[in-house]
Order: sequence, then structure tokens, then C-alpha cells
Amino acid sequence: MHNQDFFLQALIYLGAAVVSVPLAKKLGLGSVLGYLLAGIIIGPFVLGLVGNNAGEIMHFAEFGVVLMLFIIGLELEPSLLWRMRRSIFGLGGLQVLITALVITAVALLMNFQINRAIAIGLILALSSTAIVLQTLSEKGLMRNIAGKSAFSVLLFQDMAVIPILALLPIIATLGHPASLSESTLSNIGEVAKMPGWLQLLIIIGAIISIVIIGRFIARHIFRLIAETGLHEVFVALALLMVIGIALAFDAIGLSPALGTFIAGVVLADSEYRHELETTIDPFKGLLLGLFFISVGASINFHLFIENPLQIIAFVVLLIFIKFLILLALGRAFKLKKGFEFLFAFLLAQSSEFSFVLISFSKQNQLFDERTSSLLLLVVTLSMAISPLLLIFNDKAVSPILARWQNKLEYDEVEEQENPVILAGFGRFGLVIGRILLANNFKVTILDNNPSNVEVLRKYGFKLYFGDVKRPQLLENAGIKNARMLILSMAEHDEALKIAEYVREKYPQVKILARAKDIFHVFEFFKLDVATVQREMFESAAELGTKALVELGFTKYEAYRATRTFKHHEDQVTGELYKHWLEDHNEFIRESRRFREQVSETLQAEKNYSIHETDCAWDADSLKDEALKNSNKDDK
Amino acid sequence: MRKILILFAHPAYHKSIINRTLLDAVKDLKDVTVNDLYENYPDFFIDIQAEQNLLSEHDIIVWHHPFYWYSAPALLKEWMDLVLQHGFAYGRHGRALEGKWAMSAISTGGRSEVYSASGGNRFTVNEFLAPFNQSATLCRMVYLPPFVTHGSHTISKPDLKQQADRYRKTITLLRDGKWKTDDFKNVESINQLIQAHA
Repeated sequence: MHNQDFFLQALIYLGAAVVSVPLAKKLGLGSVLGYLLAGIIIGPFVLGLVGNNAGEIMHFAEFGVVLMLFIIGLELEPSLLWRMRRSIFGLGGLQVLITALVITAVALLMNFQINRAIAIGLILALSSTAIVLQTLSEKGLMRNIAGKSAFSVLLFQDMAVIPILALLPIIATLGHPASLSESTLSNIGEVAKMPGWLQLLIIIGAIISIVIIGRFIARHIFRLIAETGLHEVFVALALLMVIGIALAFDAIGLSPALGTFIAGVVLADSEYRHELETTIDPFKGLLLGLFFISVGASINFHLFIENPLQIIAFVVLLIFIKFLILLALGRAFKLKKGFEFLFAFLLAQSSEFSFVLISFSKQNQLFDERTSSLLLLVVTLSMAISPLLLIFNDKAVSPILARWQNKLEYDEVEEQENPVILAGFGRFGLVIGRILLANNFKVTILDNNPSNVEVLRKYGFKLYFGDVKRPQLLENAGIKNARMLILSMAEHDEALKIAEYVREKYPQVKILARAKDIFHVFEFFKLDVATVQREMFESAAELGTKALVELGFTKYEAYRATRTFKHHEDQVTGELYKHWLEDHNEFIRESRRFREQVSETLQAEKNYSIHETDCAWDADSLKDEALKNSNKDDK
Repeated sequence: MRKILILFAHPAYHKSIINRTLLDAVKDLKDVTVNDLYENYPDFFIDIQAEQNLLSEHDIIVWHHPFYWYSAPALLKEWMDLVLQHGFAYGRHGRALEGKWAMSAISTGGRSEVYSASGGNRFTVNEFLAPFNQSATLCRMVYLPPFVTHGSHTISKPDLKQQADRYRKTITLLRDGKWKTDDFKNVESINQLIQAHA
């Protein structure tokens, strides 16, 4: 029976995730919001499929955060971490300090006791590692400067949880000197009862042992296990290690997430890094999803309905305070051009650690029942809203900023009569831009990443920030009189939409496009865009040539072979396009797309040999004839 | 009416004055096909099949190019190496070009005087053109006297204009079949015939 219950719960949670997450992603809301919505739907307030055990599940699923920090640690080498020290301790430290102070002051104004106010300030100052990091990796913002700063702050907050946990019982005694009993302390582990110097010693000892084990012992164990060739044992070992560290850190009163993070960093330059990453990643993903669902399911809408306006006011106030402080700090730490807004919107919610801290405070009789459930609700709602804040930033704030900035740029750069517009300035666009510039063509660049603007402007590029997909940006950049539009962006579907728009509205503008694969090429052909380059084809062909050379071809032979192949490919493309036009109604799913391409092209070259060309240089027929003639002469 | 294929080879067409003017004078003529080799094969990868098809479809082949190092720019040589295949253009069964006419249309930096036994270049233009002459002959084609534009560095605008008119005239006359094979006997360059015609 117990098992059945477990599977039923699993069915509900997994079902909710499978239905709502893809839906949310399709709607452009991101997976976090999808999970939260799924949680709300299956929660007690809407369908009531899960009862009050959402809290328990949340507790279990918090392990996902621990796994996530382990993986993040794996991607961060110690040297990189060292370079980030200024933003971790400066930006992170100031954020926690100032936010805690301001929220404390506000809480005092709301007539909270001083000790409660301080606790509220500390608890709410934290931001959600789970939500922010998930969002960062989903949107590919991990390497973005705002993303990096947000990560630094989160890292500091994770470390700050430890002293906050230690402080809370002390703060509690400020109000109730007598009430701090031994029993409450025992809840946070044996170590917390020890004198401060001993605690410090144990903490340092724990970290040192992780470093030593990770550096010198772990790889031997990993190798031993890897040599058995049993993947599931490796999985077990990886999980065992992470859970072990988490438990050990928990036992000494440290954040398990911090412990596994350190372990991750230590293993970052080991040869098993990738193996560990791919092993842990699915667990992390599932548990995090579960965590977000349980957060959604545990939103106490009854409390909300009792006094909705008050709750909304609290949530707005919390986000507003955090946002303003983050914005100011972002500016102070040299985030600009919209990155400070991204940074502030990213971190404006409260943290899943707040759940732990709130219940811990309740145990310490710092909060009464009502205060803690109110705080829980505010924290949960702030987390639920935070994906919406980012969407707001994307759709409303950045475009306005971009327009405002473009105006400034616009005045400074001379107007170009017939611009060559390059849409998308990443690895692909950069090469095109450099070639055009080297040949004295001025280029107008559209891109949503304004980070290199000064450099690019200095070298004669004219830049427009913003969402390339928006027609307005094209208009600003002068598409009306443009000589040419080069679609070098990686957003393949959007590129098609732009091409369609420009073809229709400005048919005289030449369009050149970067394509993902052969079907993408065909889509462009259909829009009457004939100059299309597959993004991988040329460089793959180059490497193929080099492979032939390494296999013993002379360089020219290899060059001719590849060139012949490309010529053949051009012809095949034409053929395939005709086929495609005939039955392109057939819906080719993304997963089938590549297989389709492989089978079609391979089929087309079945009866074809590269070596049939080039025969004029060394014709067998000529030799035969010469041989026959000489035989004749002999006779 | 005979169909004419001009195989044009000039690697620096964007800087060219003489050959651009000459080509402009003939490219709009009916039944004349201009095949700009450097434009079509910038990486020297010649589509042999397509080129052979073009040859088969035309009656008169003109190799039009500046006279680099007493010969053709590299791509035209590549074209000859690859397109004039054994079994297609020559050899026992290679009779695709049999009976067609071939002509060189070249521009030289030096004036006509230097192309003589006593001049700086020691040989005549026709002596230098021997490989083209013999290649055409091996392909069973009739090799015509060349159309030569001398002194390309120093030629005056009116002279160039006149030269372009003569080129157009030459091509037109060839196309319209106004000349017979015998007309070319003992003719140094086709320019002489044109002047006589005018």
C-alpha cells in the first residue's frame, strides 16, 4: 500500500511536470514558471491532488539545489573563483548587509520587535539559488556579465546561511532570554552546541578534508570504479559522494549546498568531471523540478484570500526594496547598459533557504505561527513572481533601454546612406563583419549583446542593441534604404521571419542568410533568398580536407577532393530542393530532421565517385591509346 | 549564322580597361556567349561537363585574354588542361570539336614592333601563340589568325574605341559566316583582314 501511494504521488508530480513545463516553455515563460504553475494546479487549492505533504516533498527536493551547486562547482575552476573574489565578497557582502538592514528597518516601522525584525531582514535578504541558476542556464546567461554577478551574490548568500543559522538562536534570546532551550539547539546538530572556536576548527577541518579527499583520493576511487565498466556503480558512487558530503556538512551545521559546491570546485579539474556532470545532471533536473512543483503546491492561498491586498503589498514591497538595492549595487559595481536591470530583476526574489530559516526561527520561538506562515507565503510568492519579472525585463525594460541607448548612438555616428546590415554578431557574424570591414565597407550591426560596443564602434561598426526580431529595430537601422541584409544570427526560426518580413516590405534589399541545415536552406529558398550558407558545412569540409591530408593525400589532391564534393553537394541540394517542394507538407519533426538529411544525401551520392573527375590530368584512355599505337608501330 | 563562344580570362577584371572595353563591345551580340572564367571559377574548380557542353553548342571558340608572360592567365591554361579531355577533344574518338574554328583575342603591353626577330621580344606574336595553334589543330579545329591589341599601356582613348569597333566587327563577320577558311591564308592577324574590309 505504501508503495502504491508513493507511485501515485510520483505519477501526479511527473504528470504535472510533463504537461505544464513544455507548455510554459512554448509560451516563452521558462521551465521554472511551468513547474510552479504545475505545483499550484495539483496543490490543495486548485485540484487538491497532493495534500499537505508538499512541504515534506519540498524538503526532500531541496536536495536538487545541493546537486545543482555541485554541478556548478564542477564548472568553476578554483582560479576562476579566485578571480571572482571581489564580486563575491564585495557585491555579495554588501547586498546581504544592506538589504538585511533596510528590511529590518522596514520591519521595525511595521512594529515588529527588534529581534524579529533583524531575523526577517536576514532571512529575506537571500535570493533563490534554485530559480536564478536554473533561469541563467536555461537562457544561456551563465557567461553573461549580469549572470556572473548574480552568481557571485548567490555564492556569498550560500555561505552567509551558515552564520545566519548560528545567529538566529542568539537573536531569539534577545527577546526571550529564558526560552532558548537545549532541545531547540539540539535540532541544529551537535556542533552548534560547541564553543565558537571549536566550531570554526571543525568547519575548517571539514573543508580541508574535502579538498584532500577530492584532490588525492577521489580520482583513484573513480578510476577503480570506472574500470569495472559498470556505469550504474559509477552513478551510485557519484550520488554516494554528494549525499555523504551533504550529510556531513549538515551534521556540522553548514549548508550542504556549500559543501557539495566546494567538492565540485575541487573536482573541477579532474578527468572525471564530465562523467560526474552528466551522471548527476538528470537527478539534479528532476529534483529541482520537484522542488519547484512543491513550492507551487505549498502556496497557502487560504492565507492569501484572508487578506490579499496586504499580502500583495508585502510582496511588492519586498521585491521593490531588493530590486532598488540590487540596481544601485549593480551600478556601483560597473554593470551598465541594461545589465544592471537584468541583475536586479534576477535576484529580486527571496530564497528557498528562507524556508529553512523560517522554520528554524519558529522552532526557536522567534516567530509565532502567524508570522512564519505569512513570511512563508511572501517568500513563496516572490519566488513565483520572479520568472515573470524577467519576462517583464525582456519585453518591457530592455527594449526601452535599447531605444534610449540607440538614440544616443544614433546621434554620434554619421548616418549611412545605404547600410549593409548585419543581424547577429556572435562567432558567425564577427567573421563576416571583419571581412567587410577589411574591405572598407561600413557595417551596421544589430545585436542583443551590447558588451563590446565601445570597441566595435571605434573600428567603424555602427551598432544597434535590441531584439533583432523586432521590425522596429530593422527600421531604425535603415532597412528601407539598405543595400543588403545579412542574417548571421543563431536564432534560425526568427531569421526566417525577418527574411519574410523584409522580402515582403522591401523586396529590393538583398538578403544573405546563415542556415542551420539543408531544410533551413530550403525554407530560405522558398522565400526567394538564394544566397544561403550552412553554418557548419564549410568548416566541416575544411576539416575533412585536413583529414584526407593526414591520411596521406597530397594537399592539392585533398583540396580537389573536397572541392569536388562541394560541387556535388551543390547539385544535390538543387535536386533535393525540388523533392522537398513537392512534399514539404510532410511535417518533419526536429528529431527526424537530421536523420532525414543524412539518408537523403547519402542516397543521392550512392552512385557517385569523386575520382571520376580530374581525369584529364592523367587519363587512362590516353595511356591505352598510346600503348595501342606503340604496339602498332612495333609491328 | 554561327554561334560564338568567347572564353574570357582576366584575373583582375575590376582593374581592366582594354579588355573590359573590348568585351563590352561584343557581349550583347546575338549568338555570342561570353564565358567569364574567373567569374565562374574563382577557385579554379572548373565544371568540366558544363564547359564541354558549351563547346559542343558553339561553332567558333575565342580565347580572349591579356597576353601574360607570352601566354594566357593561369585559369585558361587550367581550362585547357581539364576541358580539352582525351576522348572528347582529341584522340581517336575525341571528335567533339572537329571542324570548329578557334581564335585567340589577346592584348599585349608591348607595341607590335617589339614582337619580331629584331625586337625586344625576339619572336612574333604568332610564334608565341604556337601552343594555342597546335592545341586547336590537335583538336581538329581550324586556328584563325589572332585578334591582337598592342600597346595596351599606352593606347589612346580614340584608338581603343576604334579597336573595340574592330573587335565587334570581327566577331560579327565570323558569326555571319562572311569568311571562308581560305581567306585566312598568310594572314598575320585578323586585324589586317578587318582593315581591308573597312
